[in-house]
Amino acid sequence: MARAGLWAALGLLALPVLAGLAGVIAPAFGYLPALGGTELSLDPWRGLLSWGGLAAAMRLSLTTGVLSTALSLALTFLIVAAWQGTRSFAWVTRALAPMLALPHAAAAFGLAFLIAPSGWIARALSPWATGWERPPDLLIVNDPWGLALVAGLVVKEVPFLLLMTLAALPQADSLRSQMIARGLGYGRVMGWMKVVAPRVYAQIRLPVYAVLAYSMSVVDVALILGPTRPPTLAVQILEWTNHPDLQMRFQAAAGACLQLVLVVGALALWRLAERLVARRGAGWAAGGARGAGADRVLRPLGAGVALATGLAVGLGLAGLLVWSFAGLWRFPALWPDAWGLRNWAGQSDMLARRIWQSAVIALGASVIALALSVAALQAQGARPARIMGLIYLPLIVPQIAFLPGLASFALILGLDGTLLAVMAVHLVFVLPYVYLVLADPWRAWDARAGLVAASLGARPLRVLWAVRLPMLLRALCVAFAVGFATSIAQYLPTLLIGAGRVGTVTTEAVALASSANRRLIGVWAVVQMALPMAVFAACLALPALIWRNRQGMRIG
Amino acid sequence: MSLRLENLTILRDGAPMVVLDRTVAPGEVLSVMGPSGCGKSTLLACLAGALPPVFQARGRVWLDGREITDLPSHARRLGMLFQDDILFPHLSVAGNLGFGLARGVGDRTGAIEDALREAGLEGMGARDPATLSGGQRARVALMRTLLSAPRGLLLDEAFSKLDTDLRAQMRGFVFGRARAHGLPVIMVTHDIEDARAAGGPVVDVMGRAL
Repeated sequence: MARAGLWAALGLLALPVLAGLAGVIAPAFGYLPALGGTELSLDPWRGLLSWGGLAAAMRLSLTTGVLSTALSLALTFLIVAAWQGTRSFAWVTRALAPMLALPHAAAAFGLAFLIAPSGWIARALSPWATGWERPPDLLIVNDPWGLALVAGLVVKEVPFLLLMTLAALPQADSLRSQMIARGLGYGRVMGWMKVVAPRVYAQIRLPVYAVLAYSMSVVDVALILGPTRPPTLAVQILEWTNHPDLQMRFQAAAGACLQLVLVVGALALWRLAERLVARRGAGWAAGGARGAGADRVLRPLGAGVALATGLAVGLGLAGLLVWSFAGLWRFPALWPDAWGLRNWAGQSDMLARRIWQSAVIALGASVIALALSVAALQAQGARPARIMGLIYLPLIVPQIAFLPGLASFALILGLDGTLLAVMAVHLVFVLPYVYLVLADPWRAWDARAGLVAASLGARPLRVLWAVRLPMLLRALCVAFAVGFATSIAQYLPTLLIGAGRVGTVTTEAVALASSANRRLIGVWAVVQMALPMAVFAACLALPALIWRNRQGMRIG
Repeated sequence: MSLRLENLTILRDGAPMVVLDRTVAPGEVLSVMGPSGCGKSTLLACLAGALPPVFQARGRVWLDGREITDLPSHARRLGMLFQDDILFPHLSVAGNLGFGLARGVGDRTGAIEDALREAGLEGMGARDPATLSGGQRARVALMRTLLSAPRGLLLDEAFSKLDTDLRAQMRGFVFGRARAHGLPVIMVTHDIEDARAAGGPVVDVMGRAL
């Protein structure tokens, strides 16, 4: 039975991706009978190439993706190298879980509200420092170089990579290695970079690829923070996909293929760069430079980065909250002139409906993902099966490259716009995260407890239900919360498979991105962040409550 | 009741690391000694039905005249004690004992109370096992095993984490119960005092008498 679970999990991940890709490649070459495309042709590609913004859109995808990934990785390593093993570092790790539960779109809205010409930073500095009596006409958000987009991605990817790095540290024997390097006279940061970083990087390589692929093809964050004329390639593909002229779908499909090629090419380049850095780095490490003085600069810098990331997210969210209750709010004023519930009251019916749909979808997808993950882990025994590397497939193949194809299939089968179809497609993205979060604690469980239970006469199923699952309750709860947050954060799958009939708080919030209605955006973004946070809090409280009289169940 | 190892051989990469051909009588303790890494714990894992896949086992194991060589762990009725007590941290003391108590016992509460009294832990059933002392926890682990009505006991360095006084006390308790229930016992240890206290034959993993 457990074996079946393993294959079900893998099939569930791989099949939709492959089917979706097929459903994109065929129309890219003119074949989509449902829309009258019965002959192979290169017209979709001609259409794509004739679009004037193509070169700029491709360049934007590449530069913002690579820049945000490299920056996130560098900052993550800096923070860990400079502060690992200290009390402040323990603090940072505790702040990670809520940061991860936060949907990308909510963080992006928060950042936009913070740095916009009429945002809190400008207000705090005006008019005494800037002389601005009204918001300046500056394109800070949606800047043509995509810098705001890069910033929005970095504040979310640093916590993610930080978590992945933390999980890899014990296997890299990081504390002792760093201690030995320091004993040889190396500075903290320099020693870590030369001794620990290569081993840690080898472990977090797949998550880094996932970050690169995601950053290059993200849609929701790009809609909120990214450039508009032209937008990034992924945003343009979505525009074509949703174009009233259905023939544009062919061109969209060609664009999706191009996006895939672009991501694969960037991954290949990244891999090449890895080799180069590895070769240069080996010489650098053997060169013996101690860099003991560098700590004086790098440690405060690392702390500053961590603090700035936390503040960008925290103040951004506070800004959203304030806007959602704001009445009149004139420019240089730091606080609204009037407060009220009007923004909320006006949305109450829609809020109730969307919260309900979001919660049902997220609950269903997370519970199924949890069951499949347990089955897949149980089937593998002590040693992880190599084939589980496939779990990263939906995280590395860009959503915009295969979801339109999947949406076509859903349309043909008449499944689009149903709650179940949306839940199923969410599962494709929820399952990898749930599995990855659960896998480590699952394997860390003391197998002797299972052997003792069996020697007392308990069958394998009873060992699972009565011993292993209760002992891992906390890990199961965290995995569920991560799954729930992942589902809530999904924009493109809901939009494309929901077909306008099923929507979540995220589709609702992102749809407001192009509007100037800050109060409404505030309301929806607050709900979007509050929903996964509340579930996260509940999932941390539940095991603590259930096991309040069991000291052995507390985390050490 | 007796436990018979019939030409039991455990191979690693084709090379034998454990070779035993012995019968352990009811109430008798067979001590298997040797340095760490010699295969003592692998022997117990094999007997418990949890041999890691890198090893192969040959030969047969009989318990009470019933062959258990290929039975799954839960069907063998061999109780196990480790150097750590491995009490289930999510269950109370009574919950742990109840987990061990065989199905079909009528008065479960009574049986658990009797076991607590026998171990000198009267009235501690509702306690969190984490709040017990090391010696108390070790006794709960033993009572849990006995309540499952095993036909034999496997001890994996079961006394090595206890301090000297407690160790002597616990040895007496375990061996006494085993004798009273007529259970054959196989104990692996690196401590000659354990083997002396057991009073039975002492061998190394290749079956040579020490």
